Amino acid sequence: MTVSNTSDSEAMPVADTAIVGLSPSRLALARFRRDKVAVIAFFVVCFFVFIAIFAPVLTSVFNLSPYALDRQALNDYGNPIGYFGGISWNHPLGVEPGTGRDILGRLMYGARVSLLIGFIGTIVTTGVGLVLGMVSGLRRGLLDSVITRVADLTLAFPSLLLIIALNRPLTQRLESIGVPKGNFARMTYIILVLTVFGWVYMARLIRGQVLSLREREFVEAARSFGASNTHIVFKELLPNLWAQVIVFATLSLPGYVAVEASLSFLGIGLMAPAASWGTMLGDSVRYYRADPTYLLIPGVTLMILVMAFNLMGDGLRDAVDPKSDRQQL
Amino acid sequence: MTPILEVRDVKKYFPSGSSRVLQRPTGQVKAVDGVSLSLQKGKTLGVVGESGCGKSTLARVLTRLIEPSSGSIFLEGEDVTRISGSELRRMRRDIQIIFQDPYSSLNPRHSVGEIIATPLRIQKTVAKSEEVGRVKELMHLVGLNPEHFNRYPHEFSGGQRQRVGIARSLALNPKVIVADEPVSALDVSIQSQILNLMQDLQTKLQVAFVFIAHDLSVVRHIADDVAVMYLGKIVELGPANIVYGHPTHPYTKALMSAVPVANPVSGRKIGRIVLTGDVPSPIDPPSGCRFRTRCWKAQDICASNEPELLDRGDGRVSACHFPELEA
Repeated sequence: MTVSNTSDSEAMPVADTAIVGLSPSRLALARFRRDKVAVIAFFVVCFFVFIAIFAPVLTSVFNLSPYALDRQALNDYGNPIGYFGGISWNHPLGVEPGTGRDILGRLMYGARVSLLIGFIGTIVTTGVGLVLGMVSGLRRGLLDSVITRVADLTLAFPSLLLIIALNRPLTQRLESIGVPKGNFARMTYIILVLTVFGWVYMARLIRGQVLSLREREFVEAARSFGASNTHIVFKELLPNLWAQVIVFATLSLPGYVAVEASLSFLGIGLMAPAASWGTMLGDSVRYYRADPTYLLIPGVTLMILVMAFNLMGDGLRDAVDPKSDRQQL
Repeated sequence: MTPILEVRDVKKYFPSGSSRVLQRPTGQVKAVDGVSLSLQKGKTLGVVGESGCGKSTLARVLTRLIEPSSGSIFLEGEDVTRISGSELRRMRRDIQIIFQDPYSSLNPRHSVGEIIATPLRIQKTVAKSEEVGRVKELMHLVGLNPEHFNRYPHEFSGGQRQRVGIARSLALNPKVIVADEPVSALDVSIQSQILNLMQDLQTKLQVAFVFIAHDLSVVRHIADDVAVMYLGKIVELGPANIVYGHPTHPYTKALMSAVPVANPVSGRKIGRIVLTGDVPSPIDPPSGCRFRTRCWKAQDICASNEPELLDRGDGRVSACHFPELEA
């Protein structure tokens, strides 16, 4: 190509390639890919998800059953033999004091519970928050006032006390209406309370967005063609909300994982021998003098996962809206 | 000949003050207060006035995006003020709107092809298979490269976006297009391109325009008739060359005097009239003539009696007790 030609080639698109526009989502994806921290965080999250999904396979392949009691690994006082909580080739992250169950195996199974509650909690709260936020923003009037007041009330509630107080009666109530007894009912209870107290944040975000979007002229334009409300919600508003919904969901998921751990720590949640990171943490506190490694392992794992989710969410937000500063949201 | 669009005594009052559930609104904003207009096929009616005089509200009332508080709208002699449901959907094909801000009027998540096809899909006027063809035809018509139909609004300039908006408004072959300040968000060099495009389209498609603007020279360039609005009311209405050549209402005169002329030394026929003060609040407009608070001719009668729109004998009406009639 000659020099005199360059300005022409810039102005004119190459004739034989079809002109394809870059949608805002594809631009966001490209920006996300350039964010190294976010990409690493994404792979860390993928790693945890992989482990959670294949926990049964992995534990049986590497012979790390989370339930098998290994008396050989414990001394007469019930403490793990060896340094750092009994770390050995048989038990790469040591064993549980008192029972001798393998910690790595329990960690893998615990990841299933933590991520399952995190994902389901996020999906349900996002769904409920999205619907209520949109209704609130679109309808305004009385319905909006009611939803907003209920949201304020929910935020003002001492939620932790309520969750602890209602644990027993509500779990029993769930079991009496046909939810399978035991850990299933207990997980259902956790997801239920996460939803009851978690929808508010999403609903507020969406309500604000809808209030601003509905005044944009493209909504009026759609009305001027005779568009139905369904069209306006699904074709005009939702495509503009998805990015924020996904970002917000990604950022709230680690919160739910942490809440699950806290609740399990407090005794609300799974019962032994089933493992979650929260129950492991709660259990380990009893042994922290004799076996501090046991406390450290689920704690650090939880921290890594929560941090990875948060960094990924931050990266997603910057990618979706490069102008937003990190103070917002 | 039946006008293609006619409005009679249209009013739009918005409740003002508190919108809380248990509190009644405290007042009313009289955004449009008794406007009557008519528009012939293939003609352009310019509507001018200051910011906040009700031009945009009028545009939305005409297109039934806002329900008028009272008055009637006739499209080809048919009363469309109270129609709803499928009738309203049909009526929307005939009257379309072009918006002021080409950045807010196009959904950033849709490609321009989808944006232009939206009216076709909603009204189902074109078969799915012919949709792309029609979109490309419209893009060609407004001077966009039809190959760009896969691109997104953020890849276009302001002028190109406004062309997309125009293409979209033409998609249903409307008889009337209400253009709400279609060029005020654009660079001056782009403004004339868009104006020329609109004029070409009018000749080609015989579509009538209601052209709303606050820029008088823009309206003069494009309009056959011109209506001057002040605080929700029309103060002067008539053929553009007559109103521009010799305004009878003091407000019109003041507006005209503000138009820049090519040669300020010899070019300006009337002296520059600078209005003092702000436009009064439309919640509580002045009694009698609404312009009296800023008018240099105001007398007692202006405060007590509201002037009627009177025929001044040259096809133009104006509402003033002391009109500047030709000697």
